[in-house]
Amino acid sequence: MKADHCKADPRGVLTGTHFIDGDHACCEGALAAGARFAAGYPITPSTEVVERFASRVPTVGGTFIQMEDELAASITLQGAVWGGAKAFTVTSGPGFSLMMEHIGYAAMTETPCVFVDVQRGGPSTGLPTLPAQADMMQARWGSHGDYEIIALCPNSPQECFDLTIKAFNFAEEFRVPVMFMMDEVVGHMTEKVVIPPADQIEVFPRKHTHKSVEDYLPYGTNGGQVPEMAHAGEGYNFHVTGLTHDERGYPNMTPPVQDKLVRRLQNKIRAAADRISLFEEEQLEGADVVVVSYGITSRVAQRAIEAARKSGLRVGKLRLITAWPFPEKKIRELAAKVKSFVVPELNLGQMVREVERAAAGKARTFAVSHAGGGVHRPEDILKVIVEASRCQTA
Amino acid sequence: MSDSLITDIVNAGVNPVDQILRTDRMPHIWCPGCCIGTTVNSFARALIDSKIDLGSLALVSGIGCTGRVAGYVKLDSFHTTHGRAIPFATGLKLANPKLNVVVYSGDGDLSAIGGNHLIHAARRNIDLKVICVNNLIYAMTGGQTAPTTPGHSITSTNPYGTFEPSFNLPHLVEAAGAVYVARWTTFHVRQLARSISEAFQKKGFSFIEVISPCPTLYQRRNKLGDGLDTMKYYKEKSKVRHGAPTGEVGLTMTGEIIVGKFVDRDRPDYQTMMRSQYCESLGEKFVEQEEMVCS
Repeated sequence: MKADHCKADPRGVLTGTHFIDGDHACCEGALAAGARFAAGYPITPSTEVVERFASRVPTVGGTFIQMEDELAASITLQGAVWGGAKAFTVTSGPGFSLMMEHIGYAAMTETPCVFVDVQRGGPSTGLPTLPAQADMMQARWGSHGDYEIIALCPNSPQECFDLTIKAFNFAEEFRVPVMFMMDEVVGHMTEKVVIPPADQIEVFPRKHTHKSVEDYLPYGTNGGQVPEMAHAGEGYNFHVTGLTHDERGYPNMTPPVQDKLVRRLQNKIRAAADRISLFEEEQLEGADVVVVSYGITSRVAQRAIEAARKSGLRVGKLRLITAWPFPEKKIRELAAKVKSFVVPELNLGQMVREVERAAAGKARTFAVSHAGGGVHRPEDILKVIVEASRCQTA
Repeated sequence: MSDSLITDIVNAGVNPVDQILRTDRMPHIWCPGCCIGTTVNSFARALIDSKIDLGSLALVSGIGCTGRVAGYVKLDSFHTTHGRAIPFATGLKLANPKLNVVVYSGDGDLSAIGGNHLIHAARRNIDLKVICVNNLIYAMTGGQTAPTTPGHSITSTNPYGTFEPSFNLPHLVEAAGAVYVARWTTFHVRQLARSISEAFQKKGFSFIEVISPCPTLYQRRNKLGDGLDTMKYYKEKSKVRHGAPTGEVGLTMTGEIIVGKFVDRDRPDYQTMMRSQYCESLGEKFVEQEEMVCS
């Protein structure tokens, strides 16, 4: 155990083997991670997460509040964070759109928190009850200005539990909003979920300052990248603003202060990208084609990959667990060795562009797009794998 | 002689409200004749007079001229997004019920873009003290029409005069459920300070509207004179009517301004209701929220 980690509070941990869906597993992950506050607004297919939280949290000691809209939910949770809580909200496409301003606010004010997006088909009201993975770019770029976030993509109820804890831990470590990018199928899929005992769950505690009131600089990083936090009511009399601010937290709207602040917000994530980038890899060594996928699509792609291998093709698998920061180093390294990448996703081409960018022409990139509303047919992915294996190296 | 007057005399030369201000951020950005600073002075006096523990006081603002108050007070202070001071404050209060949470923002921020949050926080009776500085206009952005702008006013977005009916804020928040509703103008500095002190004694959603001039954009465009002329107007045309039915306190451009304490009632606040509901439904299974501070 690292010194900066501690163990989960057993009161929030439902240790045991469960048969639950991804939405419920996500809620249990949040409770295990120490979240004791959620603000939400009902939206299919995400609502079950907060329904379970609303049922569980009064027996654990905490608060759920159903707000009047997603604008409110996404800032109420940040008020709770500055009041000392670990907090999150849960939504789907239309609500995620409304939350964008507050993702920017969390990034700018360095408020650690988690936004769960159980993706459904869009644009607009789209397909309320059917899956998509079309919010991936919105998760990264949806709020205005330059900033970095972290986004994780579970592909099973078990991962909805495990990675929700990871999402909270990253949020605390980097003081950044973390996007938890589920999809309707993963959210509503029921599988076995094993919740370990609390003493086997590592939780990253808040980076709370130990400095005296006189010495504390709310946005001073002392040469590091992530400032220490104080909570309201502790006597620090600190100021938090969404305006460009100096180390005191005071507004300072000058190009040099803007440059320093915005670059730090970006660098604190980019500099740690290798550590934040989680992926699952399989048979990458000697592969001609690498299938890059994430979320539910990775499970459909698995079938296509196995069928391709049976017919003698050398196909590797790279499953993105972390979508943002994008693992460009990994793709760059692979691009030098393989012929091509195949990227199936439930959108008309989002993460595939990142793969193409990172491959930088060294390997070809093939999209397998799908407008959402269901999952791919494995044979559609297989066809593209076959095509990709026959292509000339770029 | 009030406590604060005695303090003034004893500390002659030292502004007694300095202890509440980030003096290192002065001068402020407000225009000559603007009275947002005057309201901050009344607020600071109220804090001193009512001996509020400043360490447990948090202030939340939205965006706009009044939104800048958060940056000038030496308190835990949050300058949030446009319209969202109330939901931010709601989260802060629910996570740490020991905090006294003040929302300090303008009419456009609280009643237009934030209007939905205003009525729902009043309905829920969240224990917040809302100070709404109403200058009848969007000032920070250059004098556009607000939901509070009285009819026939000239604004930058209604250059031929406004014609939309305006909000009567005390009426709105009373209907939504506020337990304490008062209105003063920036001429009524002592009364305002007293109302703020009173609101601190209440548990629940309190709303204090302060009518304040915007000489740069509202008064000038409407040929209503400067800041001093507006003070004279406030002095001459304000009528103190405590308990006035809020339906009768709507504002016009140059007419009478009804001021006073309109509503002072008791009903359980959100957290009290939440706790009693959980106790009733869950019995021994209910676990009281501890301090959420995660260390």
